[in-house]
Amino acid sequence: MRAQAYLYSLAFVLAAGLSVPAAAQDTIKIGELNSYKSQPAFLDPYKKGMELALDEINSKGGVKGKKLELISRDDGGNPGEAVRVAEELVTREGVSMIAGTFLSHIGLAVTNFAGQKKVFFLAAEPLTDKITWQNGNKYTFRLRASTYMQTAMLMPAAIAAHAKRWALVYPNFEYGQAAAEAFKTLLKKAQPDVEFVTEQAPPLGKVDAGAVAQAIDDAKPDAIFNVLFGGDLAKFVREGNTRGVFKNRTVVSLLSGEPEYLDPLGAEAPVGWIVTGYPWDKIKTPEHVAFLTAYQKKFNDYPRLGSIVGYTTIKSIAAGLAKAKDLSADSLVDAFKGLYVQSPFGPFQYRASDHQATMGAFVGKIALEKGKGTMEDFKYVDGASVLPSDAEVAKLRPAGAN
Amino acid sequence: MSVLSVQSLGKAFGGVRAVDNVSFEIGKGEFLALIGPNGAGKSTTFNMINGQLAPDAGDILIGGKSTARMKPRDIWRLGVGRTFQVAATFGSMTVVENVQMALISHAGRILNLWRPAGSLYRGRALELLAQVGMADAADRPSRELAYGDVKRIELAIALANDPQLLLMDEPTAGMAPRERNDLIKLVKDLVVERGISVLFTEHSMDVVFSYADRIIVLARGRLIADGDAAAIRDNAKVQEVYFGTGKTFQEASP
Amino acid sequence: MTLNALLFQALNGLSSASGLFFIAAGLSLIFGVTRIVNIAHGSLYMLGTYIAYSLATKIGGAFGFWGGIVLTAIIVGVIGALIEIVLLRRIYRAPELFQLLATFALVLVINDATLWLWGPEDLLGPRAPGLAGAVEIFGRRLPSYDLFLIFVAPAVLIVLHFALAKTRFGRLIRAATQDREMVGALGVNQAVLFTSVFALGALLAGLGGALQVAREPANLATDLIAIGDAFVVVVVGGMGSITGAYLAAIIIAEVKALCIAIGVVDLGFMSVNFSKFTLVAEFIVMAIVLVTRPYGLLGKPQGMVRSVAEPEDPIRPATPMLKGLGAAVFILLLALPLLAQTSPYLMILAIDVLIAVIFATSLHFIMGPGGMHSFGHAAYFGLGAYGAALLVQLAGFPMLAALLAAPIIALLGALLFGWFAVRLSGVYLAMLTLAFAQIVWALVFQWESFTGGSNGVIGVWPSPPFDKSWVYYLLALALAVISVLLLRRFLFAPFGYAMRAGRDSALRAEAIGIDVKRIHWLGFAIAGCVCGIAGGLFAFAKGSISPEAISVGRSIDGLVMVLLGGIQTLVGPIVGASVYATLQDTVMRQTEYWRALLGLIILVLVLAFPQGIAGALSSLARKLGRKPGGAA
Repeated sequence: MRAQAYLYSLAFVLAAGLSVPAAAQDTIKIGELNSYKSQPAFLDPYKKGMELALDEINSKGGVKGKKLELISRDDGGNPGEAVRVAEELVTREGVSMIAGTFLSHIGLAVTNFAGQKKVFFLAAEPLTDKITWQNGNKYTFRLRASTYMQTAMLMPAAIAAHAKRWALVYPNFEYGQAAAEAFKTLLKKAQPDVEFVTEQAPPLGKVDAGAVAQAIDDAKPDAIFNVLFGGDLAKFVREGNTRGVFKNRTVVSLLSGEPEYLDPLGAEAPVGWIVTGYPWDKIKTPEHVAFLTAYQKKFNDYPRLGSIVGYTTIKSIAAGLAKAKDLSADSLVDAFKGLYVQSPFGPFQYRASDHQATMGAFVGKIALEKGKGTMEDFKYVDGASVLPSDAEVAKLRPAGAN
Repeated sequence: MSVLSVQSLGKAFGGVRAVDNVSFEIGKGEFLALIGPNGAGKSTTFNMINGQLAPDAGDILIGGKSTARMKPRDIWRLGVGRTFQVAATFGSMTVVENVQMALISHAGRILNLWRPAGSLYRGRALELLAQVGMADAADRPSRELAYGDVKRIELAIALANDPQLLLMDEPTAGMAPRERNDLIKLVKDLVVERGISVLFTEHSMDVVFSYADRIIVLARGRLIADGDAAAIRDNAKVQEVYFGTGKTFQEASP
Repeated sequence: MTLNALLFQALNGLSSASGLFFIAAGLSLIFGVTRIVNIAHGSLYMLGTYIAYSLATKIGGAFGFWGGIVLTAIIVGVIGALIEIVLLRRIYRAPELFQLLATFALVLVINDATLWLWGPEDLLGPRAPGLAGAVEIFGRRLPSYDLFLIFVAPAVLIVLHFALAKTRFGRLIRAATQDREMVGALGVNQAVLFTSVFALGALLAGLGGALQVAREPANLATDLIAIGDAFVVVVVGGMGSITGAYLAAIIIAEVKALCIAIGVVDLGFMSVNFSKFTLVAEFIVMAIVLVTRPYGLLGKPQGMVRSVAEPEDPIRPATPMLKGLGAAVFILLLALPLLAQTSPYLMILAIDVLIAVIFATSLHFIMGPGGMHSFGHAAYFGLGAYGAALLVQLAGFPMLAALLAAPIIALLGALLFGWFAVRLSGVYLAMLTLAFAQIVWALVFQWESFTGGSNGVIGVWPSPPFDKSWVYYLLALALAVISVLLLRRFLFAPFGYAMRAGRDSALRAEAIGIDVKRIHWLGFAIAGCVCGIAGGLFAFAKGSISPEAISVGRSIDGLVMVLLGGIQTLVGPIVGASVYATLQDTVMRQTEYWRALLGLIILVLVLAFPQGIAGALSSLARKLGRKPGGAA
């Protein structure tokens, strides 16, 4: 009987493994994986953005006469699981390329997988610089503006603050650490007498906001650089407001102008913070208005930054496929090098030198309108303007990564 | 030389002297009962001898060796077998495996990672089971046994290391009168045959007076009497602690 | 830093402690009386925040907020009662810890239900009406709501304390915490007692969650964060002690506040950022407390818990039929690569299943026969994986040598941690193993220059010929078969018997000369060592290793596999691991609500097979005709 139990489980494994999906030859399969369950606030709109782009592309007949078929998977929120899902997409589903990922370390693991298995990978959202620089490889491209780029976009404002004493607060993992590092390096270069009076690095998702806000206040900084996002940001802002931590201090903050993170703050949005973000209701360029109208029509909801990333990921893929001579990974790599893409933020390019897209972000100040947070005095900063030169990044990338 | 020598033993719990200056000895082959009313210090004395409690004062010599600071497992290695008030066996093993376990331990092969234990010392274990009348149940899970049978298994386990001394805490607790007699008779036969000394505590005066060679009596932590059945029966102090004045064992016994 | 700043941070610590206290107090009560390790307690806390948010925003005003908090506590209490009546009551007779599996499934279901009801976005509630501002203390501004929280926790503590001391219900709870069967013997309706205790615990969790609504947004990740913290608080305070829970909550919150207050310290040769230690502070506190005071600060040794489940059967050597079938399965598995030509993913899934099998079998080795419920088995998985990966990257080891070293590194870790862990038993042992796993995790996470921090070690791929997945599969198969057979051999040897003897009756085992702690220590080390093999295989299979491999989630996965398969049978972990790993793969392909689906499947399995899948099959076989006591 115990042996029977063996057999049952074996049969189970076999059945699950052997269920070969019906092969459809008239579509191009795109594998997509993301931490849908662990980061729903960003990825729910992201998914909608992808759906919108797919609709647009497929309703016009797809790419080269073939419709795009998106196969989406949850990556379980951890790198080991993500690599398995990537393998599943490639080997079982037979996708031509993979895209997606949100958290930096998961993006890195999949990047490495792509390099090893020679699979084309478009990293949609993870921000770590390592994906395109230190750990970059031939088969990986990245869409979103990296940690370094976003930090650099905020630099002019940080320098203009003429603050000598800075406090840093960031979530204790790759993204936060890298952002803090980049910020310190860039600011020191521009302003050698700068002093970093405290660094608070609470665990991701577990900030003890009262104590952290207080510790920052006690360090008496002139200005604060914040990298917290999501629930951590909401807690930090509320505690900081109540305790008067942000009074008369310049606060420069990454991503806080993105609706995903700004909207939950409601009327408590920290007015005057200088942030990168996405003022969706105020961007009046024709590309964006078209996107906004279509999105609102389809989902009866407003887009978040995730929607832009999802939408542009699919648009990039379609552009790459249209340019590529066939579906092989090497052809896709060739196609993506220098590829121009039209996005709701305007046209941008995938650099051939480090595979980074030059899609930029909006930098502005948080303001309050009708009891909700929004951005004012914002401008679009082109990614190309903050990226190091091709020669510089060549030194950062491993040999043979291009 | 005596098999067990208890010398001026003392133990206090939070200021209460549970055992106070108790001394006695057991000679070879002697069947010694330790009795006393509830709270007299029997269990405390017993647990100091078997190593579960460390005494505050005095010493315990087993085969001439001081065991006052030894752990139960080391005392067992000196040749001391024991049974528990609430019988304890290994519920997930068969009856014979329970006995084999003790034999394997006795042979110092517990850490062996390779030989299948089921075949080790099975013959010897079956012999021991036969001696306690449990050979038929050898391959049954020990948790299925009736309580009286579990007591017999314990006895077989206790005999596995060829003990010089057997410590039995309330061996007949929870048994019907008929079973009690059978078990004690069995014990007595087995130990007489092998010349094993026995120290046991017991509530049933019947059993004590019929089988014990000698009886020692504790009351309020002190040893108040030491002698054979007749002497104890007539001891005024003993009668007093058990019944107050004016009653005797004859009247109280069923 | 000034003294005032430090004192002020102490106040911050006190207000953080109140949230910890509410959830821990409920968990402690539930465990004390029912002996259920309620993993879903964090979910109840999370529900508290969500429900309070809805009431506060929908009703609005002071009533919506304050009335909402009270109402929320009651609603969550009712949910708790329902969980007990509908689900848990049906499985009280299952083997120890099995209820954990059910509550784990609830975590998955409740999380997805919350996502469905409230959506993915963080929901920040209103400020507390009447307490929206701040008060000046030590020249700093403390939110008045924090001040309120500082007082509300001890107030509830006092009420609970009197309720437990003075009422009949309270006396019953205390009696049941000491000795559950005694209460049954006193003629108390156990079902009613359990339901009310579960409801009370849930109510406290709901209250704790609801009170947070003014401080932090309702967030879908709260459930696991809260349960992790609550376990630590309960164990540090002592199981079943409400006052202990309060004391522990304060100590932990204060230690964290202190770490934050200290901030970056320049030691001359290096600078240390103390705020990063908040990651692990509570686990270090827990490890220190458990090593020095094994039953927590105010806990008492637990009365023996006699398992109400049917005890386990004696183990029997494999029958010729089983051996034959085992061989057939092995040959089938050997032939699997041939099938994989049409379905290459089969190899990848099979490798994952084999790794899970080694992981679960090694955990079962100490959990089942050893009776040591390790909640931190991922530590040895991680040590093996990181050991192998770092040897490749830093010392240039070839793959096979690194795979060989993995179990040795895991063994060293298990020897060290096991030495402390086997001194405890029951849930305290479980928690100490968890603490050690968290400490390993934090070490790996923090030591960026050596371990790669949150990114982990990337780029450890198998060398040829193992870069082909079917060759790597065969290697994994060989290692899995060796591991399983070796552990099985150990279990049938005197050592394995001695381990079970120590579990069945430590008293009896000691009385026949067995050094139970030493045996269990070695057992722990062997399990850790074998688990290291799984870790090493994992690192090369994924090409990378990151701190998630050591996370609580992985440890819980192991528990789920063992319990799902059946803790009382030797093939249980194999069946459990295969089913769970495959299930996860199958279910996760649904991106929407796959957690709820997985949770529901586990619930069905839990109710259908209260002894685990393999356990149910073998007891079915027994009923179908084997003569009782007959050698099989």
